[in-house]
Amino acid sequence: MNIIEFSLLVWVSSVLAGFLGSLTGLGGGIIITPVLTLALGVDIRYAIGASLVSVIATSSGAAAAYVREGFSNIRIGMFLEIATTLGALGGALLATKMPTSAISIIFGLALLYSAYASSRPRHEHVGDCQPNPLATRLKMNSVYPSNDGPVGYCPQAVPAGFSLMFGAGVLSGLLGIGSGAVKVIAMDQAMRLPFKVSTTTSNFMIGVTAAASAGVYLSRGYINPGLAMPVMLGVVSGSLVGARVLAEVKTKWLRVVFGVVIAVVAFEMIYHGLTGRL
Amino acid sequence: MAGQTRRWTDQVLEDWIGNLLRAGVTLSAAVVLFGACVYLVRHGHELPHYRVFAGTPEDLRSVSGIWKNVLALKGQAIIQLGLLILIATPVARVAFSVVAFAIQRDRLYVFVTLIVLAILSYSLMGSHL
Repeated sequence: MNIIEFSLLVWVSSVLAGFLGSLTGLGGGIIITPVLTLALGVDIRYAIGASLVSVIATSSGAAAAYVREGFSNIRIGMFLEIATTLGALGGALLATKMPTSAISIIFGLALLYSAYASSRPRHEHVGDCQPNPLATRLKMNSVYPSNDGPVGYCPQAVPAGFSLMFGAGVLSGLLGIGSGAVKVIAMDQAMRLPFKVSTTTSNFMIGVTAAASAGVYLSRGYINPGLAMPVMLGVVSGSLVGARVLAEVKTKWLRVVFGVVIAVVAFEMIYHGLTGRL
Repeated sequence: MAGQTRRWTDQVLEDWIGNLLRAGVTLSAAVVLFGACVYLVRHGHELPHYRVFAGTPEDLRSVSGIWKNVLALKGQAIIQLGLLILIATPVARVAFSVVAFAIQRDRLYVFVTLIVLAILSYSLMGSHL
């Protein structure tokens, strides 16, 4: 297989990964890395470098659409980005020191968790809320648009959210993924933000978080142009199409089928890590 | 009235950020695509070698190295330039937010945003890490 054929194969896989990643809410980055390593035999360091680049592209592309709708909270996003960028920097430095077998195992676990989290129903916290003193000082209380006019919300547990976001950043930098699943726990469950606000704000933050590890990846030679090119172009086109059809498709059965596939892939990553074949 | 002014500025800020992100991603994808054509025409029939990690060549790992090779019209360097534009897009968003918060006289968030910008700059100057 020459470079043209290989690039085409990677591109097609990336379109599919981007498409499924956007339909299921897992994100394209977490799907393309196992495809590259397990199916195409790419070294995991090149794979996470290419995946990280595609994560920045999808996040920026989607955020451009979201930010105008007025759901994302720029102040909450910016404040939590202190935690995610610090974490990402640390995670990326850790990735350069850690054996690839360990990265593969952690990747498998993160994949399992993400599949589990995305298949679980999310519980919206409704009703009046008590403004939290710290969140108020940080000007995080806000409103979001709904059919019945603006709805107010007041974030809680800022320190817990901040710490979880640091963890999300470490995972993002270590594995070259967006860590949407951890960001959702931080914002939905700890800080009790409404879904639309947490989903769009998290997406908004992913690009900045990934940019913090990109510098380290670039200088360590993880970002290979020949591989990152088809991955980035493919994941972006796939997720654009995914976002278009998302409104029309019933994703419930898709999530179940896909959850099973992801679980198998995750065990494969862990197994390969344990046997040292990656 | 103060509330009115703030909302208006937030709206403008959000529009600008949206445009900035869209422009960055589009430009980056166009440059990567152009680089891909050059690269595939010249090297498309060679064999890929991603199975073993050797690291990207040293002169494609830094901004100065990439720029030198872009001027020599090397396909891989043009792709890297497109990826650099992509990485710069969220950084530009953060830098833009510093200005926007300053216009709103929100000192707290100017400070918060500057911290984020400092961490990003530290990473991007990262060859010394």
